[in-house]
Amino acid sequence: MNLTLKIWRQKNASDKGKMVDYKVNDISPDMSFLEMLDVLNEQLINTGDQPVAFDHDCREGICGMCSLYINGEAHGPDRGVTTCQLHMRMFKDGDTIFIEPFRAKAFPVVKDLIVDRSAFDRVQHAGGFISVNTSGNTIDANATPVNKADADKAFEAATCIGCGACVATCKNSSAMLFVGAKVSQFALLPQGQVEATDRVLNMVKQMDEEGFGNCTNTGACEVECPKGISLENIARMNTEFLKASLKG
Amino acid sequence: MALDSKTPKGPIKDKWTNYKNKIDLVNPANKRNIDVIVVGTGLAGGSAAATLAELGYNVKAFCFQDSPRRAHSIAAQGGINAAKNYQGDGDSTYRLFYDTVKGGDYRSREANVYRLAEVSANIIDQCVAQGVPFAREYGGLLDNRSFGGVLVSRTFYAAGQTGQQLLLGAYSAMNRQIGRGKIKMYNRHEMLDVVKVDGKARGIITRNLITGEIERHSAHAVVLGSGGYGNVFFLSTNAMGSNVTAGWKAHKRGAYFANPCYTQIHPTCIPVSGDHQSKLTLMSESLRNDGRIWVPKHMKDVEAIKAGTLKPVDLAEEDRDYYLERRYPAFGNLVPRDVASRAAKERCDAGYGVNATGEAVYLDFASAITRYGKEQATIKGLDVNDAALIKKLGQEVVKNKYGNLFQMYEKIVDQDPYNTPMMIYPAVHYTMGGVWVDYNLMTTVPGLYCIGEANFSDHGANRLGASALMQGLADGYFVLPYTIGDYLSDDIRTGPISTDSKEFEEAENDVKKTLEFFITNEGQHSVDYFHKRLGKIMWNKVGMSRNVKGLTEAIAEIKELRAQFWKEVKVPGAADEYNEELAKAGRVADFLELGELFAKDALNREESCGGHFREDSVELDGEQKGEALRNDKDFAYVSAWEYKGEPSDAVLHKEELEFNDIELKQRSYK
Repeated sequence: MNLTLKIWRQKNASDKGKMVDYKVNDISPDMSFLEMLDVLNEQLINTGDQPVAFDHDCREGICGMCSLYINGEAHGPDRGVTTCQLHMRMFKDGDTIFIEPFRAKAFPVVKDLIVDRSAFDRVQHAGGFISVNTSGNTIDANATPVNKADADKAFEAATCIGCGACVATCKNSSAMLFVGAKVSQFALLPQGQVEATDRVLNMVKQMDEEGFGNCTNTGACEVECPKGISLENIARMNTEFLKASLKG
Repeated sequence: MALDSKTPKGPIKDKWTNYKNKIDLVNPANKRNIDVIVVGTGLAGGSAAATLAELGYNVKAFCFQDSPRRAHSIAAQGGINAAKNYQGDGDSTYRLFYDTVKGGDYRSREANVYRLAEVSANIIDQCVAQGVPFAREYGGLLDNRSFGGVLVSRTFYAAGQTGQQLLLGAYSAMNRQIGRGKIKMYNRHEMLDVVKVDGKARGIITRNLITGEIERHSAHAVVLGSGGYGNVFFLSTNAMGSNVTAGWKAHKRGAYFANPCYTQIHPTCIPVSGDHQSKLTLMSESLRNDGRIWVPKHMKDVEAIKAGTLKPVDLAEEDRDYYLERRYPAFGNLVPRDVASRAAKERCDAGYGVNATGEAVYLDFASAITRYGKEQATIKGLDVNDAALIKKLGQEVVKNKYGNLFQMYEKIVDQDPYNTPMMIYPAVHYTMGGVWVDYNLMTTVPGLYCIGEANFSDHGANRLGASALMQGLADGYFVLPYTIGDYLSDDIRTGPISTDSKEFEEAENDVKKTLEFFITNEGQHSVDYFHKRLGKIMWNKVGMSRNVKGLTEAIAEIKELRAQFWKEVKVPGAADEYNEELAKAGRVADFLELGELFAKDALNREESCGGHFREDSVELDGEQKGEALRNDKDFAYVSAWEYKGEPSDAVLHKEELEFNDIELKQRSYK
């Protein structure tokens, strides 16, 4: 199929940036979206132009590096996938596709479609861990049974890949689905109880300092999350936050 | 230089304990005066960085991704082995050791493997304490599954995302230390050289991938945890950015490179769909617990399937060839990866491949769905003869176990694997070879360590499933933090290492010169053009099946391609900005050297062992006819190559392998 692409080009963080039109031809429906961009870049390199910069790495939906806003949706029109798992069979011959970076105050553009998501790392530095040393001198793994339903919920929360689609999608650029998922993972496990109070207070504080907005319960993040992280995690974080605030 | 593995003396089960009791330690106050660089933040690098920082060293960690959490360990699916014997099925440290040495076709270092098995159980304790949400049974205890090449259930898992959960565990341990200022994290930085001062590794040169700035970083020791080199094949299950550059630069600075030809071709990956393909996707080995592999028995059915007139689900049982169950009745679908891959190739080469390219076999879950469905119906007291109900119940169980893998498959192939068998084919997945290290995980360069997939030590010629995660974390959490102390105990009075020396300056200038060359070279072909051609040579002539003619041709072709690359490569943009093509050019330049050494190593090793299959070394008759033939008399050694300029000039050093605790046997899975 033949397509028109309208792509955000921005030389660096201080450049103003603009949408630029490109054409790509003979795109196979079996290609992934990023392979389609590879074709475009090969074309641009051969004609002496600058290739489009975009983040990507594992190309199997798990590293969370890819981050495009396609036709107004984080990770494009499919559900439950990252951009690298989006396939061209979702589009039709002759389509015009708009490709932009994830946009949020806390995610400044680095170049073209690449944004800086280090704010997520800093939120994790503030409390996204259990303070045990890694010496291995701990109790036997089976010494503390964990209710299977809780373990499964903790796992589901922990499958967040930190891509930032929730932030990009939210009209408030809120990171509460991301932070809620991490808080929930630990809140649901006995190992996480000891530091539960400090963890939620510190992580929320850092989240606010990074410039992420608040949650107004529209649920858009849950719809666009490639891993189906549930809104329930935000509710759980709010509960934990309230408990911690009363204690603190 | 003679190769000394520095393996401690004494009985194998006491070596590690005795060794730890006797090594020199660095006292906590002195650790504050010692800097360590860790390159790579996957399971090995991430766990090492966290542990070293906890011990009190000042750690600088580097990754090329935008966050340490994105290292490719994250993509490991199936699980992690540990000799916990929670299932009470006869597992033990010795058995895990034995399985790993046997699985590696007797080409690994016994003492290293025993230590790995010994610390494995502790990894699970550690990870659970960190909040890693492993799968559990209804009683709240940890669940296990089976993996290929073994007869016990010792694999711990978190659905099909075990690597992700373990990496996030290591990442959280890093985060704690980053927050405390004990790890200084450098994201989007690529290591482009190792700096040696007075013969010791004392730092690295990096490029900031955002600004293009070239930086000098010094330390008392340098640890590489930079992963494997499977991308030398262009198409592999590795991430797009996975590369050999850190290991290769170390090699050029004096670190020997061991067994480059030992590469794992994983049997269950999604087949190639066309020339546009940029990477291949793995379908976890855990699927072979429940999936049965087959191709049609008769050529007419193969043709009908290809023509679209016959659906695989409609082919009668007796017309299917479950070739693994047929050839290897003892292990069946759970033979080790190298054996399963070759068997798939054998069927496809004989013309029985089931897709348009003829390079695909079926992985079928129908019988597992029925089995689980009946089990559930029995538990729930429902009608076990209601086929539709059985299917529904069975599919739910399978979804619970492998849901994310099935979803990945459906998105890529556009077929529903709950209702039609998956199509799979082998693909490059893991490299057992890597930088040579001694028992301390130190390379032949003093103060330069190498851990995880980037080193060569534990898997011999073939890695068993769920052992990569085990090795990465064992090296990083439990082995390196001890062994490095023994070396650093001599450095307590050294003081900070200056980056103003001529060694740093020279290394920086070399790096800048190469970058400048790429930017100014007026070539006509993109980096990918060369990378894809290299990949084709490697896959066709240095792939699953190797012979003298092909390997000799490959060496000549790679050499020629490398010369062409340095003349004709075209890199757009500038060096002082974000420039992915420039980063790729440096990586492919290194792959073009490694590829030749790889083929040379394969040519030198005139035997078949593990992932290295030589057509001129097969069993000629008896029950094992056609199977790989090892030659222990002449090749029970590690090939460690010393850099001398061109790969063709590399000098071979042999580390003879001693087997005192395991008897060398034909590796039979029949």
